[in-house]
Amino acid sequence: MLEPLQYDFFVRGLIAATLVGALCGLMGVYIVLRQMSYIGHGLSHAVFGGAVVSFVMSINFYVGASLWGFVAALLINLTARRRPTIGADAAIGIITTASFAVGIALISRFRTFTRDFDAALFGNILGVNNNDLVAIALVTTAVAVVIALGYRQLLFATFDPEVAPVFGVPTGWIDAVFSLALAGTVVVSMQILGVTMIAAAIVIPPIVARLLTDSFHRVILLSVTVGALSGLIGIYLSWYADISSGATVVLVGTVLFLAALLQGSLRSRLVRLPAID
Amino acid sequence: MLHPHPHLPAPDGAPAVQLRDVSAGYQRGPVIHHIDLEIPQGDFVGLVGPSGSGKTTLLRVLLGTARLYGGEVLVGGERPAPGRQRIAYVPQLETVDWNFPVTAEQVVLMGASRGRRWLPWPSREDRDRARELMDRLGLGDLAGRHIRQLSGGQQQRVFLARALASDPHVLLLDEPTSGVDIKTRDDVLHLLDDLNHEGITVILTTHELNAVAAHLPWVVCINETVIAEGPPAEVFNPDTLRATYNADMPVLQYEGMTLVAERPHTLGTGRRRTSAHPVGSIPAAPGA
Repeated sequence: MLEPLQYDFFVRGLIAATLVGALCGLMGVYIVLRQMSYIGHGLSHAVFGGAVVSFVMSINFYVGASLWGFVAALLINLTARRRPTIGADAAIGIITTASFAVGIALISRFRTFTRDFDAALFGNILGVNNNDLVAIALVTTAVAVVIALGYRQLLFATFDPEVAPVFGVPTGWIDAVFSLALAGTVVVSMQILGVTMIAAAIVIPPIVARLLTDSFHRVILLSVTVGALSGLIGIYLSWYADISSGATVVLVGTVLFLAALLQGSLRSRLVRLPAID
Repeated sequence: MLHPHPHLPAPDGAPAVQLRDVSAGYQRGPVIHHIDLEIPQGDFVGLVGPSGSGKTTLLRVLLGTARLYGGEVLVGGERPAPGRQRIAYVPQLETVDWNFPVTAEQVVLMGASRGRRWLPWPSREDRDRARELMDRLGLGDLAGRHIRQLSGGQQQRVFLARALASDPHVLLLDEPTSGVDIKTRDDVLHLLDDLNHEGITVILTTHELNAVAAHLPWVVCINETVIAEGPPAEVFNPDTLRATYNADMPVLQYEGMTLVAERPHTLGTGRRRTSAHPVGSIPAAPGA
């Protein structure tokens, strides 16, 4: 159990995966409840485009990719809100895929890339350096603080976006800050989980939590816990079983989901116990 | 009759609601046109009209969330801006996401969002106020229940408690009695009547002319604009109703009540000609 901990790169990976798991679990609650489950999937593709552009323009990856992701998230929100005929799901489909295509177009045009974009696509937890760790810790702290400060307003705006403004909730600001938090989350998670695995890391923890409780703050706490545990256990398993880290984290989450599902149906079948609340 | 107050302007201050030549709607264009309406403080008003006639849009104009194409709106003497007025809103229950993980108490506490507070949990005062409202509305034991585990009447009262948590002067309700049983409907109406007697101006939309609108002191008939307004006994006449609903609706007077009927339709093929059986005289099944 302690054997891999003697390697610095493993410890860094372990901390990174646990933090990213918790972060995705936290943001995931709001994303799933806003019925934007695939925005993580979409935005990570969009951010991939941003990553390539910032590489071509020699801008810092975190700055360039985050800005690009933020603009994409804002555009999705705006399109879905101002043009109800398009809908959030279609807006995600158009804007993020177009952005991904920009990245692919640039890669194919300038074939002289020295940077390995495989890590961005499939995740490379063991390549995490200290700078990445600092970025992850900063984003996780910032998102946790923002959500704690705006907890009540954010809850109202998520539950009832039409009515919340009537009660003085500044939904426009909340959407903008949320988009920024989302972009930050996707950018720091991308390197750990990979573009292709982010959707699951965002969706599974809140769904597991939802299966276990009806109370909002318990959903938040459980989702963060499930996310962090998936990251922690996933990295250990990936070490011992020699499987890709992103895939292992997601598979651990999937097992937790199946357990929660089984627990729910057993409970309703064996004894009619009230739900934990 | 729920409410003995006459429809008179309050002696003090501005009317609760004042609309002058208002046209409003959404991005695609106006839904309601040239509306003039004045509702005094402390009134209890029903907005009636067919689906799509602009009842909900009118509520949104008062809340400041519809797009104004012309005219002037004053709520409590001021232009409406979301979150500014002492105005609260109870949405149609159909629009609520019943799978959302919130308990009854968590919904009621949302009503106190207006207060500046930078901590994620509610203050003791907010919590006490929510408890008090829930006790008053008969929800005291249900605080920890998920919103889906409540009956229709309880759900309606949870959202009413959320609205009251913001201490409103004006309460707007969109179809507060749709989809609930008769007992619940009467409970909700009497609750609103109590609130009205405490001085809160109540404005609701309804489809139920006989069961709801006829009991209110003042009714406004809307079909894209105000067709008529007044006490239901005066407003509910065949001409006004035809102009509002584009349908023939005879009006009957029965023991002092005004009842709106519909022209009988002849539906079906007419093949079923047997008369009704009194209960108990249904023939026994063969072989029984």
